[in-house]
Amino acid sequence: MGIVVFDGLAFGALLFLISVGLSVTMGLMNFVNLAHGAFAMAGGYAASVVMNAYGFGFPAALLAGFVAGAVSGAAVEVLFVRRLYRSHPLEQVLFTIGLVFASIATATYFFGPTMQPFSIPPYLEGNFAFLGAELSRYRLFLIVVGVIVVAALVLGLDRTRFGAMIRAAVDNQRVARGCGINVDRLFLATFTLGCGLAGFGGALSLGMLTLNPIFPLKYMVYFLMVVCVGGAGTITGPFLAALIVGIGDVAGKYYVPQTGGFLIYLLMLALLLARPNGLVVKKGAR
Amino acid sequence: MTRMTKLMAATAALLTLGAGAAMADTVKVGLVGEMSGPFAVFGEQFKGGVEAFQAINGTEAGGKTVEVIIKDVGGPNPDVAKRLAQELVVRDKVDILTGFGFTPNAAAVAPIATEAKVPMVIMNAAAGGLTGASDYMVRVSFSLPTVVPPMAQWLVDNGYEKAYVIVGDYRPGHDTEAAFLEAFPKAGGEVVGNVRTPLMTVDFAPYMQKIKDAKPDAIFAFVNAGDVMAGLMKAYREKGLEEAGIKLVGTGDITFEPSMPAVGDAADGVVTSYPYSMEHPSELNKEFVKAFREAAGSDAMPSIMAVGGYDAMAVIYAALEKTGGDTDGTALVDAMKGMEWESPRGPISIDPETRDIVQNIYLRKVENVGDHYGNVEFETFEPAK
Repeated sequence: MGIVVFDGLAFGALLFLISVGLSVTMGLMNFVNLAHGAFAMAGGYAASVVMNAYGFGFPAALLAGFVAGAVSGAAVEVLFVRRLYRSHPLEQVLFTIGLVFASIATATYFFGPTMQPFSIPPYLEGNFAFLGAELSRYRLFLIVVGVIVVAALVLGLDRTRFGAMIRAAVDNQRVARGCGINVDRLFLATFTLGCGLAGFGGALSLGMLTLNPIFPLKYMVYFLMVVCVGGAGTITGPFLAALIVGIGDVAGKYYVPQTGGFLIYLLMLALLLARPNGLVVKKGAR
Repeated sequence: MTRMTKLMAATAALLTLGAGAAMADTVKVGLVGEMSGPFAVFGEQFKGGVEAFQAINGTEAGGKTVEVIIKDVGGPNPDVAKRLAQELVVRDKVDILTGFGFTPNAAAVAPIATEAKVPMVIMNAAAGGLTGASDYMVRVSFSLPTVVPPMAQWLVDNGYEKAYVIVGDYRPGHDTEAAFLEAFPKAGGEVVGNVRTPLMTVDFAPYMQKIKDAKPDAIFAFVNAGDVMAGLMKAYREKGLEEAGIKLVGTGDITFEPSMPAVGDAADGVVTSYPYSMEHPSELNKEFVKAFREAAGSDAMPSIMAVGGYDAMAVIYAALEKTGGDTDGTALVDAMKGMEWESPRGPISIDPETRDIVQNIYLRKVENVGDHYGNVEFETFEPAK
């Protein structure tokens, strides 16, 4: 029982870390971003190249993951996304799904279709005994990082000037502009942050998931589930949702493997029916 | 006549016309493979195998130049496979169809091969009894159920009497599961539990925890080669099943060569059964691996799929030699029946009745072979008949 909850929490924390950037771009900026996984993949590949080809350590790889996600996100924002903020959501969907396929082809071209090798650094490898259960160090690490990121983002958005500016710009762009906020630059920064978080999550996922070019497509359902169930545009919502999905997935596979991975989808349906706007509703949402 | 059969008849007529008019010095082989998308590794393997064969044996057979036209089917898409095969037969006027990573794709194209009387050489699709779908279908890969009994026997012979079965939840997984559930008790073992995992399983830890709690002697695993098998290995190590005395064995899919660099030492010691290993100790295999790497990249790892590509070309070349360059489909298929040759995997032949492959199954153990971890063969099971 304990081990199931722990493994579920860790899986949930990882889902949160990969998905939270999407809550920022899709929720705060109202941009339907299905290409989120592409930025996470960019982070994953950057981390794996930094470790395998250049021999840097794991912390450097995580940083590289964040930077790669952020840089590719910024480039895409300036070149394309900027033109689409006021477009119909369907156009945003078409554009971003196109981006997903383009990113798969690009990754296949440069890195080949097979998986990237990765080994967890020795200090995070292995298990430790706790209250009679064998817990994995890496999973504990994921939970800790997840909690830190949640705290940092909540404080950042609620308590800093940057957070206040984002909230103002999202709620009413014209008034925000009138107050002297450079909305274009602000949106660029926000999109970059969201994609950077995706890259960071992608790098962290190397220890638990496998990285190959279909990454953005393979995990898309998980990102969307976490953000939609949790409530787009909030930070605590996706965190809560990710933990529920993580524990639900692990418990379902452990106790009722006959249902396969189906249980979490039932859970998602139930949660969405009960709370159509997400577990935590964005303040001032229409 | 339905519209479809009319179309087929027209296709066949066109083909005959084309062949008659051209009677050229070129034999065209149409390859329908997974060249892009999630299964691009299939296409990479096929193409590498074909190129390796042509690098070793040249591009001429039966006095004609053999030209390979590659079409991308992108994955398990029967409709696309059918359309591509039609285009290849009608527009490109190919004499032979080949490729086919997935059973549904091969099954969808079978009626076209029959109607157009075009031989169809299967490089990979592994469902049992597939070649019954068309009299023009010849298979050079393997069928999963034939791989299982040697593994079951080995487990019992080595004192692993209680096994837990974990398979991917799709048709080949069900076939493999059924084969093991039959073979293992027959060999004297007991299956203590079995579980089917979704195809896109992301995190295997809960399954491994459950198996660990069931305390079997061994896990028999079949999951689709590629990224899923790496997830399985990771979870097997992370949950400390080996330390708990639970041996991991399975079909060669869980030690799929192209994925081995990513898995690394996590696969060390895993025992599997399969028709081909890159480490197969023969001169031809050494030559093949070298040629494959020249075609596909210096660190590329050939698998059973690459050998499937090689042997598809081998059987096509040999058939062309036998017919003296005649590309009549029926003559080519007749020439392929009963054919025997040496493949990089060892001696193989085509069963004249079923047009399916007859081959050895090898037991292999993952070991460090110098610059990488490879499947080292230690026991050979010859075909039943």
